[in-house]
Amino acid sequence: MLETALKGSRRYWGWIFFLLGIIGVGFIAYLYQFRIGLGVTGMSRDVSWGLYIGQFTFLVGVAASGVMVVLPYYLHNYKAFGRMTVLGEFLAIAAVIMCMLFIFVDMGQPLRVLNVILHPTPNSVMFFDMLVLSIYLLLNILVGWTVLGAERKGIAAPSWVKPFIILSIAWAPSIHTVTAFLYSGLPGRHFWLTAIMAARFLASAFAGGPSLLILLALIVRKYTKFDAGTEAIQALGKIVTYFMITNVFFLGLEFFTAFYSKIPGHMEPFIYLYTGVEGYGKLVPVMWTSTILAVVALFLLIFPQFRKKENVLAVACVSTFLSLWIEKGFGLIVGGFVPNPFERVTEYWPTLPEALITLAVWATGFLVLTILYKVAVSIKEEAVFDKYGQRQIKP
Amino acid sequence: MSIDRREFLKIAGASTLLGIGGMSASAILKKNLLEASQVMPDAKGLTAKRWGMVVDISKFKTEDDYRVCVEACHLVHNVPNIGTTKEEVKWIWKETYEHAFPGNEDPYLSPEIKHMPFLVLCNHCDNPPCVRVCPTKATFKRESDGIVMMDMHRCIGCRFCMAACPYGARSFNYRDPRPFIDAATENLEFPTRMRGVVEKCTFCYERLAKGLIPACVEASQELARKTGREPGLIFGDLEDPNSEVRKILNERYSFRRRPELGTYPSVYYVLG
Repeated sequence: MLETALKGSRRYWGWIFFLLGIIGVGFIAYLYQFRIGLGVTGMSRDVSWGLYIGQFTFLVGVAASGVMVVLPYYLHNYKAFGRMTVLGEFLAIAAVIMCMLFIFVDMGQPLRVLNVILHPTPNSVMFFDMLVLSIYLLLNILVGWTVLGAERKGIAAPSWVKPFIILSIAWAPSIHTVTAFLYSGLPGRHFWLTAIMAARFLASAFAGGPSLLILLALIVRKYTKFDAGTEAIQALGKIVTYFMITNVFFLGLEFFTAFYSKIPGHMEPFIYLYTGVEGYGKLVPVMWTSTILAVVALFLLIFPQFRKKENVLAVACVSTFLSLWIEKGFGLIVGGFVPNPFERVTEYWPTLPEALITLAVWATGFLVLTILYKVAVSIKEEAVFDKYGQRQIKP
Repeated sequence: MSIDRREFLKIAGASTLLGIGGMSASAILKKNLLEASQVMPDAKGLTAKRWGMVVDISKFKTEDDYRVCVEACHLVHNVPNIGTTKEEVKWIWKETYEHAFPGNEDPYLSPEIKHMPFLVLCNHCDNPPCVRVCPTKATFKRESDGIVMMDMHRCIGCRFCMAACPYGARSFNYRDPRPFIDAATENLEFPTRMRGVVEKCTFCYERLAKGLIPACVEASQELARKTGREPGLIFGDLEDPNSEVRKILNERYSFRRRPELGTYPSVYYVLG
């Protein structure tokens, strides 16, 4: 099936080489980081995790969100998602690969990565995170590839794959729960020490992931003959709406607990993020951008008459995605480190090499995604009708 | 019974394979139970059930009292002087009361106490969060004496321990530390580190093994002897009711940093 990725239009190859170019630049930046050390990033003794770990956290959510199309389709037989599932699974694969790369580029001693396996430590959440992410990656490759392969041959997917699908559905929330546990079990980091961290992660994941999936489905429809279906896109829009509301609600709960209890340790990170403290406020404009985008997204999503217009839905999805990307991929991590255990403020801002490496990891993810989507679309274009007899190709 | 060459080789080959396989499996299993630093103990070595320290701030009168402790530690452990707060590496250092004990200050606290410097270092918690989170057991609590150890050869530099430590006791080598160590004063008996690993105070496990007390405590005692005063740092076995640290804890009011977190620090502070 992979051979279909080797044939493509000029635009396809242009895009591939564009991504390869970004990867190349980022790779050079990584060699620089590898030589000097993580000192080339904006991270410090006080803010010891930054953009890399933030992106990792955000992308675990994107990976987990594949379940939002897989679950209704396989457990509730929601046929409209039949054409969307492979897009969700392949997005999950690309997202998990990005997660792993972000962890790798964040390591101080990357050549020792196998120590995690050589010295397995079940009491470390990071050990479990590696485990659940690897298994989730394998599950999605197995399921996505097998089901697509069956479609190519025009036969039903083999029955042995069903248990793996069910397992992958149960597995998806686990990867994001374990990722939340990285943060929510640390004494002394008040911003993270919250029992609803995993719930918040899942809510933001199930809003952010599907909003990206909608955008991808719209792009795929624009540039190829494959159409995931208006009904599927609208159904995903509803999912984004409900989970974005849930996400903002959960954030509100955090604000209430912090500011009604008036416990300084709980309030300080929020004050730093949204108003700044003692003249330190690098993240204030960023957090307010996220807030405004969330308001715009909710306004466009909540009213069905807006959401039903696909171009408006696209704007809502971009807003949702960017808002969550800032909140979770940046603010959430830095907020945990400010103020530091000595109640001092050290600010964090990514450096140029750090930004280039981050971009390159995203480009790698998009390269994987492009190749996988190319394969999927080529096969779908051949099949013309999906297994329910619905036309999946634009006439 | 006689066996031919062919059969002998078969048996020999099979048993070698089994032997190697079995040995390495048991070695791997055992290796995970072993602590990275286990070696034959020195007869002169100091031992305790749980090492602990008392920082008697009332004994710290001059700038020198603090300086000698910090310098002794940082010299003996080849702690680099990076020169920026961003990438600073420190094992023991000064923090004022309001920063060492955040949340304990009140509006009417005398400025002397508020700005009084305290020495802070790794607390060698009985229940260390850094050990709990480490994915490779590069940081681990020594069962024999409670020291929270750091294996800088196993550390992968994920910095999970830095996020987990509620005392800010850990430093990361954001770049190669070696150019920042003064060659003239480098201690060749203690390893220097490479970039990308985390480090912190280890209660001078390497000195204890040779029968020496921690460098900071020794420096404090030496200065006290010279000036005819009492040392501010006292080191001993918290589990031994007759130890000097226990005597102080029995007689005077002591406190620890952030006790509400349940980490049970082994470093105690007494004031006045």
